[in-house]
Amino acid sequence: MAVVNPLGIDLDQYRYGFHDPVDGYAFRSERGLSRKVVEQISHLKSEPDWMRAYRLHSLGVFEKKPMPTWGGNVGEIDLDNIYYYMKPTEGQGRTWDDVPENIKRTFDRLGIPEAEKKYLAGVGAQYESEVVYHSLREEWTKQGVVFLDMDSGLREHPDIVKEYFGTVVPPEDNKFAALNSAVWSGGSFVYVPAGVHVTIPLQAYFRINAQNMGQFERTLIVAEPGAYVHYVEGCTAPTYTSDSLHSAVVEIIVKEGARVRYTTIQNWSKNVYNLVTKRAVAYRDATMEWVDGNLGSKLTMKYPSVYMLEPGAKAEILSVAFAGAGQHQDPGGKVIHAAPHTQSSVVSKSISKSGGRAGYRGLVKVYPGARGSKCAVRCDALILDDQSRSDTYPTMEIDEDDVQVTHEATVSKVSDEQLFYLMSRGINQDEAMNMIVRGFIEPISRELPMEYSVELNRLIGLEMEGSVG
Amino acid sequence: MSAELLIKNLWAQVEDKVILKGANLAVRSGEIHALMGPNGSGKTTLAHVLMGNPFYQVIKGEVLYNNEDLLAMAPDDRARKGLFIAFQYPVSIPGVTMASFLRTAVSARRGYEKDHLMSLAEFQKLARAKVEELQVDPAVLGRYVNEGFSGGEKKRAEILQMALLEPEIAIMDETDSGLDVDAVKIVAAGVNRMYEASGKKMGVLVITHYPRILKYIKPTRVHVMFDGRIVTSGDADLAEELDQIGYDGIRAQYERVAAEVVGEGEVRSAGKVFWVQH
Repeated sequence: MAVVNPLGIDLDQYRYGFHDPVDGYAFRSERGLSRKVVEQISHLKSEPDWMRAYRLHSLGVFEKKPMPTWGGNVGEIDLDNIYYYMKPTEGQGRTWDDVPENIKRTFDRLGIPEAEKKYLAGVGAQYESEVVYHSLREEWTKQGVVFLDMDSGLREHPDIVKEYFGTVVPPEDNKFAALNSAVWSGGSFVYVPAGVHVTIPLQAYFRINAQNMGQFERTLIVAEPGAYVHYVEGCTAPTYTSDSLHSAVVEIIVKEGARVRYTTIQNWSKNVYNLVTKRAVAYRDATMEWVDGNLGSKLTMKYPSVYMLEPGAKAEILSVAFAGAGQHQDPGGKVIHAAPHTQSSVVSKSISKSGGRAGYRGLVKVYPGARGSKCAVRCDALILDDQSRSDTYPTMEIDEDDVQVTHEATVSKVSDEQLFYLMSRGINQDEAMNMIVRGFIEPISRELPMEYSVELNRLIGLEMEGSVG
Repeated sequence: MSAELLIKNLWAQVEDKVILKGANLAVRSGEIHALMGPNGSGKTTLAHVLMGNPFYQVIKGEVLYNNEDLLAMAPDDRARKGLFIAFQYPVSIPGVTMASFLRTAVSARRGYEKDHLMSLAEFQKLARAKVEELQVDPAVLGRYVNEGFSGGEKKRAEILQMALLEPEIAIMDETDSGLDVDAVKIVAAGVNRMYEASGKKMGVLVITHYPRILKYIKPTRVHVMFDGRIVTSGDADLAEELDQIGYDGIRAQYERVAAEVVGEGEVRSAGKVFWVQH
C-alpha cells in the first residue's frame, strides 16, 4: 500500500528507502564523540601510531573550530547523538558468495551485481563503515593499480598513504574535515602508477543504513605522471525519520600530465546532512575533472576544488543539483589558478521545485603571476514553481591582469511555449516537463557513464512526478 | 477510419484582443483545404486554438473532432487523437535530441503505455525511412529539438514530425513562409506523399499568405479569412482570383461587414486548465 505523506509524496516511490535490521553489527561505538571513541576506532582497526595521533590531533582541531554560520543551517545537527563507528561484519567479502545475506539483499536492490556484470572493472561498496565487497579486475592489479577501501589501503600501502594522507585537505581546513579526519572509516584508496590508463571506471557504492549513523568515509586518489583514472561514486541511503550526517573527505593528487575524473551522484535520503570536502591538486599539464550530481539529502554543502599548482594544469567542474520540498542544495566549486597558463571551466545547473532551494556557490581565485590563465564559469538555474528558490554566490578574486575570466548566469522557468510544443505532439504534461528538465541538465548527464546517466534521469523523473497539474 | 473537424462559430481572443469572430469551417478525411488571408486576419490564431495553446482563450463557439468536444481536451489528447499542427515558429528544446523527442511522441501517438516506448530499433528504422523520404539530413535526429535550426530546417523538421505522427487531420501554419521555391517544392512533395500514403484519407488544412504553395499542393477548397471570419470559399480557382485582386480587394469588399460584428459572451478556456501556475 502506498504511504502518502502530508506533502503528497508517495514514499513508496523512494525505491531505495528500504533498510535491513541493524542487529547484525559486529561492533558499534557508543553515541557521541570523545577521545575514547576515537582511540577505540583506531585500536579496532589496528592502525599505526601515526594515524592514531593524527586522529586525536584532528579531534582537537574539531573541538576548537566553531560551527560554520554560512551556507546552510548546520546548527540542527546533534553531534552528540551520532554513532561515529559501526562495523557490520567481520572481514571483507572477496567474492559475492562471501557477502552476508542481508547485505547482499541490499546490494541486489541497488543493482550492484548487475553493475558488475556490465564489465565494471571494480566494485567497492561501502555498507556502513566497512567495505564488505570488493573486487578488481586482474589486469589492473597486474599493472600496479590499487583500488582498495581506505582501511586496507592504509594496511597494505602504509608508505603511500602516509605520504599523501591529509596533504590536500588538512584537518585545519574546516570543522567537518577535522571531524572526518578524527573518525574516518572506509572510503576508497586508488593508486595509479605512471603512464597507466584505467579505461573502465572504478565504481563504489556508498550507503548509510543505521539511524543516527554518521558516515565519514575518506578517499585518497593518487595518479602518477601520465596516468588516467575515472572514479565513480554513487550514494543512496534509506529514508529515516531522524537526521543523519555524512561528512566525507576526498583528496586527489594529479601529477604531471595525468588526468583524473571523479563522478558522484548522491541521492541521500531527505534527512541527511551531506557536508563534504573534496579537493584535488593538479600539477604540470594535469587535468582534474569533477562531475557532481546532488539529488538527495536535507542539506548538501559541497564545493569540489582544484588547485592548479603548475603551468598547463586544467580543471573542469560540472555540477547538477535538484532540490525538492525541504531540501537545500548548496553545491558549487572552487578553481584556484596558482600557476601561469592554467585553465578552468565550471558549469553548474540547478533545479528547484516545491519550495526547495538550490544554487551555486563558487570561488575563482587567480594568484598574481598566473599569466595567460583562462576561466569560464556558467551557472544556470531552473525554477519550477513560485515557492522555490535559487541562489548564486560567485566569488572572484583575480590578482593577475593577463587572464581571461568569464562568468555567465541564467535563471529561468519552464516556458509555456516549450510545454505546449511538446504536448502538441501527444506527449503528456508530466513527461513534457521531465523532458525539458532532462534537456536542461543534459550538458552534465552526457558526461556520466551510461548507466549513471540513465539513473540520474530516472531519479529526476521520480522527483518530478506530481510536480505539475 | 474517417475523421472530421468541425469548427462552428468560433470566437477567440488573445490577451484582451478578440481575434476570431465567428469562424466556421469543416475539414474531413481526404480533403485538402487552403486557408488564406491577410496578416492579422486570424489564421494562425485559429490554428493555435485548434491545438489548444493556452495563450489563446475561446470566447464562444464549438469545435468537434470526430464528434467529440475538441476544446475540452488538453493539447496532448488532441495530438494523440490524430490532430497535428506544423508550426510557423517552432520553439527549441535545448538538450533534448530530435530522436528522443520523436520516439516519445510517436510512442504516445501510437498508444504506448506510460513509461514504455516503442523499441529503439523499430523507431530508428521508421525514422530513417521518413528522413530519406523527405530528403532531410539524417543528422537532424541527433540535434537538439529546433536548436540552432535555420528557418528552412525548422519547417522541414515540422514536416518530418508530421510524417512520423501520421495525423488524421494536419494543419500547416504558413509552412511555406520564409522558404525558397525549391524548399517549398520539397515540403509540398512531402505532404503530397503523406496524403497518398494515407490512401488519400488524411485531411489537410494549409494556412498560407501566398498562393505559391498551392501550385504544388492542390486544394479541394480554398477559404479566405478576413477579420476573424471566413468571408468567402471556393474551389482552387479562388486562389488564382485572389492572386489577381490581392488582399486589398478582399479588404474593400468585406470591411463593412466586419465592422458590424461585436464580440460577446463569456471566456471559455482553450483547453481544460492544465498549465503550471507560475
